[in-house]
Amino acid sequence: MIKKHWAGIVASLVVFLLFLTSLAAFNRVHTTGAFEVPLLNWFAVSGMSVTWGLLFDSLSTLMFTMITGVAFLIHVYSIGYMADDDNRARFFWYLNLFVFFMVILVLSDNFLGMFVGWEGVGLCSYLLIGFWSNNRSYLTAAKKAFVMNRIGDLGFILGLLVMFLTFGSVQFSEVFSLVQQVPANDIALILITFLLFVGVTGKSAQLPLFTWLPDAMAGPTPVSALIHAATMVTAGIYMIARSSALYELAPQVLTIVMWVGVATAVVGAVIALRQSDIKKVLAYSTVSQLGFMVASLGAGATFPALFHMVTHAFFKALLFLGAGSVIHGMGGEQDMYKMGGLKRDMPLTFSVFLVGALALSGCPPFSGFFSKDAILLAVHHASPIAFYTLIGVSILTAIYVARMVFLVFFGSQRSDTHAHESPAVMTVPLVVLAVLAAGAGFYHPELELIMLGGTVILLALIWGLTYPRYAVKAVDDRCDQFLSFDLVYHALIVTPILASGRLIHSFFDRDIIDNTAGGFGELISGLGQSLRSLHSGSIGFYLWMITAYVAVFLIGFSIWPF
Amino acid sequence: MSITFFWIFSVIAVISALSVILTRNPIYSVLSLIVCFFCIAGHYLLMGAPFLSAVHIIVYAGAIMVLFLFVIMLMNLKDVPEFVSQWWHYILAGVAVSALVFGVSCQLFQSYGPRVIGDMSLKALSHALFTTYAVPFELSAILFLSAVIGVVYLGKTE
Amino acid sequence: MNPEFHYLILGCILFSIGVLGVLIRRNVIIVLMCVELMLNAVNLILVSVCEPIFVFFIMMVAAVEVSVGLALIARIYRKFGTTDISTFGQLKG
Repeated sequence: MIKKHWAGIVASLVVFLLFLTSLAAFNRVHTTGAFEVPLLNWFAVSGMSVTWGLLFDSLSTLMFTMITGVAFLIHVYSIGYMADDDNRARFFWYLNLFVFFMVILVLSDNFLGMFVGWEGVGLCSYLLIGFWSNNRSYLTAAKKAFVMNRIGDLGFILGLLVMFLTFGSVQFSEVFSLVQQVPANDIALILITFLLFVGVTGKSAQLPLFTWLPDAMAGPTPVSALIHAATMVTAGIYMIARSSALYELAPQVLTIVMWVGVATAVVGAVIALRQSDIKKVLAYSTVSQLGFMVASLGAGATFPALFHMVTHAFFKALLFLGAGSVIHGMGGEQDMYKMGGLKRDMPLTFSVFLVGALALSGCPPFSGFFSKDAILLAVHHASPIAFYTLIGVSILTAIYVARMVFLVFFGSQRSDTHAHESPAVMTVPLVVLAVLAAGAGFYHPELELIMLGGTVILLALIWGLTYPRYAVKAVDDRCDQFLSFDLVYHALIVTPILASGRLIHSFFDRDIIDNTAGGFGELISGLGQSLRSLHSGSIGFYLWMITAYVAVFLIGFSIWPF
Repeated sequence: MSITFFWIFSVIAVISALSVILTRNPIYSVLSLIVCFFCIAGHYLLMGAPFLSAVHIIVYAGAIMVLFLFVIMLMNLKDVPEFVSQWWHYILAGVAVSALVFGVSCQLFQSYGPRVIGDMSLKALSHALFTTYAVPFELSAILFLSAVIGVVYLGKTE
Repeated sequence: MNPEFHYLILGCILFSIGVLGVLIRRNVIIVLMCVELMLNAVNLILVSVCEPIFVFFIMMVAAVEVSVGLALIARIYRKFGTTDISTFGQLKG
């Protein structure tokens, strides 16, 4: 058995070691204080020198611990999930590569090193989404993810450029100390923060660059759990949190950030309400929750955003892995309307999934309640309109979560497949995540009893009202293309680009370039043909040519003796 | 005195050269060329190289032209047209020749110092031939050998 | 004017007559003879200006060239039946 699973075992052990290291670093930072580990000089060109180093402070060790912990659990889960896949060794290699890049991203002490990790996780996301490469549509989804990320990365690079031009460096320590001397509302600072946020839009799936995330569900479920719930999409949140010194001095950009986050939260929740694929519901839910985090950052509150990021990592990974367990047990079926009544056949999966669902809805005493509360409070201070909008989104969240749980686990069995519970190697990580999702909320700053009571009542109302519609009757109200931004993009961007490409090809390529290139060839050929006529075969002509040449040479030599 | 001979020899040389290229009968051409060679030999005498003129007559008039005569007699040249057919060929030829002469004269007519060589006697010539120019002399033997082989091969009838 | 000058002019005249003959005549034997004429003009100029040793070597080369050339012409006559150079178009193309 070890021989069959050697790749997964080795990969999980490596990540576990990394996790232990992260715990040690976390401990050290919280006892002794932040420390740096400079590694080596990367390059120095025309006055810009970039060194490679690691920065351990409370923010980076928090990320480090969360990433390696969740990644370890998902590695263990994948041993079971990918047990029958022939390419599982390559899968674990990609997973480990991803963890490597993500760690580089959070531990780097300069923006350029972070960007290396940024790009690397985008690459691994592409590799992992298109992992089952025989399917063409999966590869297209992978390409789409990568290209959209790339569009955001362009903004990131431009932001780095302006940053270097303004501050002369991309090291965190230098930039953050130099920025104190910059006056507020400085145009360069606004540019930098805005461009970096464009990068976040791509990486953390905000409006308008979020359509790659639902398509990314083409990858194996552990990939969705790790990359698209817990780690890669949180890279943007980390980046803004890290650069808070910059963003504090550009309040206009912060306003934009908050409203983009709010809009994303709304759109994500609304689309999730009408999806029929269980993974797509979770994907749009991730988009919506990321909108929450970004809105909190835009409201100036970094801690609630990070708190929600951590709790969201736990319960969203739990939900994804649970969904994976369901899909695995149903033999690959992902349509919720073909499931039903699974709580009898998969009780363990049902219970952990319920924990995750309650946490996502923000039900106390689970962790989601505390983190979502913190965000709502922070946003309330910034803008009441945003506050009420986000409350509306939370209601929608509860509705679509309840719909999902009821359709999958309650009601009558709508399929003939006899679902079986997953093996222990998959269920143990689920339980661990459930414990974390439930208990991580003890670390809370403020607690208002009004919020507690109000939330409980509201959630009970919502779950009670949706129960008859989805659990008993299983009303089919799917609309998978609801509010599809993809169609808009296709019409506005893809079609004109393809049409102009065809136009250029027919006019420019064919007529101008081909004719010019062909013309050159014909010119030389004609020249050769005319020179060929000199070989007339007539000896008299040859003799005449000789004397003419000698005469020309002699005359030329007297004009220009060399 | 020598000037008179110079002019006599020059005029006869030019007239015979002209007749080489202008007569219809190839035998007449050969004979005109022989006369020309004799005149040039006379010029060598005027320049003070008697051995050279003797060798000139022996080699050219005595060997080469005899060879020409033999070959002409071996062929039936009754129907061979002698001059180029199209009239504009003459114009082109004239143009080329004048250009050539112009070019040659541009290069040729520079001021030379007094005549460098003093001794054209036989003794000096043979001394130079066997010391300074010994290598070309030996190489010329190889040249003759190759020519003989070539001619013998080319002349074979199958 | 020194004597060299007269010989140079004579040599040039003879040389140009030789070139004219090469271009005008159609019988290949006559063409060869005009080549000999050119060689002699050059000999004359060389003797008047330079060493006479050159003349020996030129004469030698001329003899060799004439013998091989006439052998070739005999061969050509045997094959084509004529010595008219306008019919020797085999080098065409």
